[in-house]
Amino acid sequence: MMARQSLFERLRHDKRAAIAATVLMGLALAVFPFVIGSSLGNSWLRIIDFAMLYIMLALGLNIVVGFAGLLDMGYIAFYAVGAYLYALLASPHFGLHLPVWLIIPAGAALAGLFGALLGAPTLRLRGDYLAIVTLGFGEIVRIFMNNLNAPINITNGPQGISGIDPIHLGGITLAKPLTFLGYAIPSLHAYYYLFLALALLIVFVTIRLENSRIGRAWVAIREDEIAAKACGINTRNIKLLAFTMGASFGGVAGGLFAGFQGFVSPESFNLMESVMVLCMVVLGGMGNIPGVILGGILLTILPEVFRHGAGPLQIAVFGKILLDPEALRMLLFGLALVVVMLYRPAGLWPSTTRRREFRGESATDVLKEGE
Amino acid sequence: MNAVLLEARAIAKHFGGVKALTDVSLTIRQGEIYGLIGPNGAGKTTFFNVLTGLYHPDGGDLLFAGEKLEASAPHKVAKRGIARTFQNIRLFGNMTAMENVMVGRHARTHAGVLGAVMHDRRTTAEEAAIRRRAEELLHYVNIADRADDLARHLSYGDQRRLEIARALATDPKLLALDEPAAGMNGTETAGLRELIEGIRRDGITVLLIEHDVKLVMGLCDRVAVLDYGQKICEDVPAVVQKDPKVIEAYLGGSVA
Ligand SMILES: Nc1ncnc2c1ncn2[C@@H]1O[C@H](COP(=O)(O)OP(=O)(O)OP(=O)(O)O)[C@@H](O)[C@H]1O
Ligand SMILES: [Mg+2]
Repeated sequence: MMARQSLFERLRHDKRAAIAATVLMGLALAVFPFVIGSSLGNSWLRIIDFAMLYIMLALGLNIVVGFAGLLDMGYIAFYAVGAYLYALLASPHFGLHLPVWLIIPAGAALAGLFGALLGAPTLRLRGDYLAIVTLGFGEIVRIFMNNLNAPINITNGPQGISGIDPIHLGGITLAKPLTFLGYAIPSLHAYYYLFLALALLIVFVTIRLENSRIGRAWVAIREDEIAAKACGINTRNIKLLAFTMGASFGGVAGGLFAGFQGFVSPESFNLMESVMVLCMVVLGGMGNIPGVILGGILLTILPEVFRHGAGPLQIAVFGKILLDPEALRMLLFGLALVVVMLYRPAGLWPSTTRRREFRGESATDVLKEGE
Repeated sequence: MNAVLLEARAIAKHFGGVKALTDVSLTIRQGEIYGLIGPNGAGKTTFFNVLTGLYHPDGGDLLFAGEKLEASAPHKVAKRGIARTFQNIRLFGNMTAMENVMVGRHARTHAGVLGAVMHDRRTTAEEAAIRRRAEELLHYVNIADRADDLARHLSYGDQRRLEIARALATDPKLLALDEPAAGMNGTETAGLRELIEGIRRDGITVLLIEHDVKLVMGLCDRVAVLDYGQKICEDVPAVVQKDPKVIEAYLGGSVA
């Protein structure tokens, strides 16, 4: 931890080292899919692509939970909104095939609107109460998707919508291999580059927001809502802004998901998914951007490692499969969560401040008698 | 005589059966240090909470700089120019001292999401100005060397000073301090006294709740005394000290 931190400090002060590090990092990220694709195969490449989407989701939820301190258990609803918007506007379902550059921003906007809709009635709630209401909201959205097939068929109900247009820009579609300077870039690689670019954009936006008047206001609300009000912060608007911004990231990720997967159904947006994204934020290091990214990557990859590893490992050790790998996967995953939270309660990579001072209790936000 | 800055007219506030404030009227003039004292539970803090919009009054109204203050709108009150500290210090514990004061600039700055993300010239200039002002204020209250420490790691006295710096960052016309000397030792209290006098010299009116009688009597131009939610006296310190009702309230309080 210490060594890594001093490395960061060095990079911050030494421009040349920073540029060199950026170039190296860029190269590593550029060749990464080829390394994965040739060593581990396409299924892992898909997992990496999903990791990018989860990073976007985790960063979005981090604004609400990590920065503003508002526990949102229904976050996946915004992912659903983005995904369904894409599915409805670019599939044979309605016969619409709108361009991606229009749908993704529209998805961000619509998800943002849903974020505000969720935020507005819950502004007075915090902690457990907020968690329960947002949990309900997430389920309501999913149930709507499940049932909006009659009397007018909008979402096609539990069957979901299939045949969704792959992501395509101008004449280029990411569904087929691309040729670039004479090289063939397989579809999964192309998706990787697109998702990476957008994830980086979201990282950039998040960093800028964190170090701004708005970001400080979010954290102030998390730390002490009453003092924040007394400092002239319109806590209602600033909280709504957190819900809206966070939701819009989810909307972008949702649209990309629909185009990538080619199929959406309500099942993809259940409570477990919300919990998963929340785990990424908490386990990674709430409020700390690198930590949240790490959480997103680890929690996408770990369950898959367990899934792929559990079968062969049992055969190697016992000669046969004793436990269903699928069940074992969740067991190990749960165990990993418990261990991390016991030994690193502030997350794997908490912000410097939280690392210095992790405390379990949250700030009180009621004026106590006579305070 | 200076112009009136704040006029409270018949403020009432009760919690169930407890009448925390009954018909409290006071007038605070521009540029003065106005003391608000009274035994424990007299309603002083409740008055602050009504004044700063955290509590909705059950009666009466407040005129600030000639215009009515909107009830239950703390952020608007701050914007109008009333800043406060809290009896039980309320800092943003996991933010640095510097950041705490920077938050205080919120009401006087404008950058939104777009500015924050695009870093246009206006936003960068504003951000630099926020930082400069925060640094100045940390110097002003004498804790510049703790700028990068988490607020929760500051000593008690420094936390009180930081809270004052954060309040000053809102460019207040009226600074309301709720027992700023509580828990301070003699030297710290003397330093605080200098600080408050300096604030007044800079043209900011001060409303001070304090139990430290010496501090109040030495510092305040006028003092109001609350007892069981009612104002029993309002005058210059020398007169207040001799008022039989005040003596009775305090003696009654300490005997009981
Ligand atoms: N939120 C509340 N709910 C119920 N009763 C309250 C509340 N706030 C204050 N009170 C009551 O109102 C009365 C006045 O309290 P207040 O805190 O204003 O006194 P104070 O003068 O600030 O006292 P102290 O010197 O101890 O700080 C007390 O009886 C208190 O119990
Ligand atoms: Mg009090």
